[in-house]
Amino acid sequence: MPKITYVHPNGAQEVLDVAVGTSVMRAAILNGVDGIVAECGGEMMCATCHVYVEEPQLERTPKMSDDEGAMLEFTASERRPNSRLSCQLVVTPELDGLVVYLPETQV
Amino acid sequence: MPAPVVAIIGAGQAGFQVAASLHQEGFAGRVVLVGDEPFLPYQRPPLSKSYLAGNTGVEDLWLRPAEFYAKQQIDLVDSDAVIEIDRHHRRLRLASGAEISWNHLVIATGARFRPLPVPGAELDGVLPLRTLADADMLRQRLNEAREVVVVGAGFIGLEFASVAIAADADVHIIEITHHPMGRVVSAQTSRFFADAHRRWGAKISFATGVARILGGNGRVTAVETTDSRRLPADLVLICIGVIPNAELARDAGLAVDNGIVVDEYLATSDPAISAIGDCANFPTPFAIGRVRLESVQNAVDQGRCVAARIAGTPAVYDKVPWFWSDQGDLKLQIAGITTSHDASVVRGDDRSFSVFCFRAGRLIGVESVNRTGDHVVARRLLAGEPGLSPEQAADGNYDLRAHARGLSAR
Repeated sequence: MPKITYVHPNGAQEVLDVAVGTSVMRAAILNGVDGIVAECGGEMMCATCHVYVEEPQLERTPKMSDDEGAMLEFTASERRPNSRLSCQLVVTPELDGLVVYLPETQV
Repeated sequence: MPAPVVAIIGAGQAGFQVAASLHQEGFAGRVVLVGDEPFLPYQRPPLSKSYLAGNTGVEDLWLRPAEFYAKQQIDLVDSDAVIEIDRHHRRLRLASGAEISWNHLVIATGARFRPLPVPGAELDGVLPLRTLADADMLRQRLNEAREVVVVGAGFIGLEFASVAIAADADVHIIEITHHPMGRVVSAQTSRFFADAHRRWGAKISFATGVARILGGNGRVTAVETTDSRRLPADLVLICIGVIPNAELARDAGLAVDNGIVVDEYLATSDPAISAIGDCANFPTPFAIGRVRLESVQNAVDQGRCVAARIAGTPAVYDKVPWFWSDQGDLKLQIAGITTSHDASVVRGDDRSFSVFCFRAGRLIGVESVNRTGDHVVARRLLAGEPGLSPEQAADGNYDLRAHARGLSAR
């Protein structure tokens, strides 16, 4: 299974084996990774599963939809060029080794 | 002195959120979360959307996995119902005979589906949609159903109708008023969705009620309408609204009026008891007077507000309400509460638009169809003084994002 690394603001890392087809958000919820809130459950309504993708890996991630781009205007932590909603990052074999940084706060 | 105990009645989205937020807010006592369903706390929105359509599994519904509750030291009691709130002794009595003492009590009992009081409502194949068990039953029946009648054109009924159409069933929606979702959306949005459902193949009868439901061998066969038509049916969904679960509170002597009456801090008439989510009737600056809202946003934000108060940081509850509904390829997003508007303007075209609703010249809410950008701006604007005129809202060249940024920069 592809490995996804979550990096907390304090630098602590958690590495998960994530089944293909599961989102980076859902994997974090199911494995108790703090720092992903996901209050709307992946409906792109809340922007509380915000992550920063390790810059060189951005091009491997799925293309951002207009809706995701709009919701990223609503994040609690600053939006950056590598900001994504992790509910939209559905894991594929190509995402093996993806590293995402968790923001200071989601709400 | 023993550690303080917070007991929470109801393990839905609101109850879960209080439990999850208490320790984050620094509460050091014990948290007991009591639910009467035999499941982990789960998300309800997918029950009438992706879960019903079979696109997601049950494991995708859990708000958190079982280990979360142990790790967070939340005592999760499932499959047990609270039967009495004893305010004098600050104790809950459960159906199992167990008792739970508390220092602060949070009532998050939600709401239950409103039954349709007509002959035949008890027939096999006449179903509600409120719980995971309901959704499982409907999902199974939808596989074989050919002729579906949906009673009530609210969010749930219309979401269900769009899933049933996609499953190749014939769908007839009957609605007692003249408009779908008429209680919560503007006339423009309501009309647009009525047209969409007809385009997708549903029949809709407005100003039509159910006289009785007919069956054979205990199973539903038809719905007889108040205008004496017989609509053949092998599956009937009853979705005519909900009843807040306020009986426990009422029996305990708390003020109840369309839900459990709370103040701006979400405290009931007993300061040691709070009520949140679908069962709570609260004052809000976003409507005239009081409201009771049934939404994820309301459950989550009220849960956080009460957890913060119990942990020592009280604040008035003042979050912008928002809602969404997925029907076919349409995503309806609502910011604010638009029901009391006296004027509205439309921004966009007939595929993707927003209805900006005003009262006395002030923006009070925005309904967006496939237009998330407007919705996001609306949530920002409504959190403060919007300062947006109907002319600006209607002008497609007026930059709403810049307007919102200008406000927050001030």
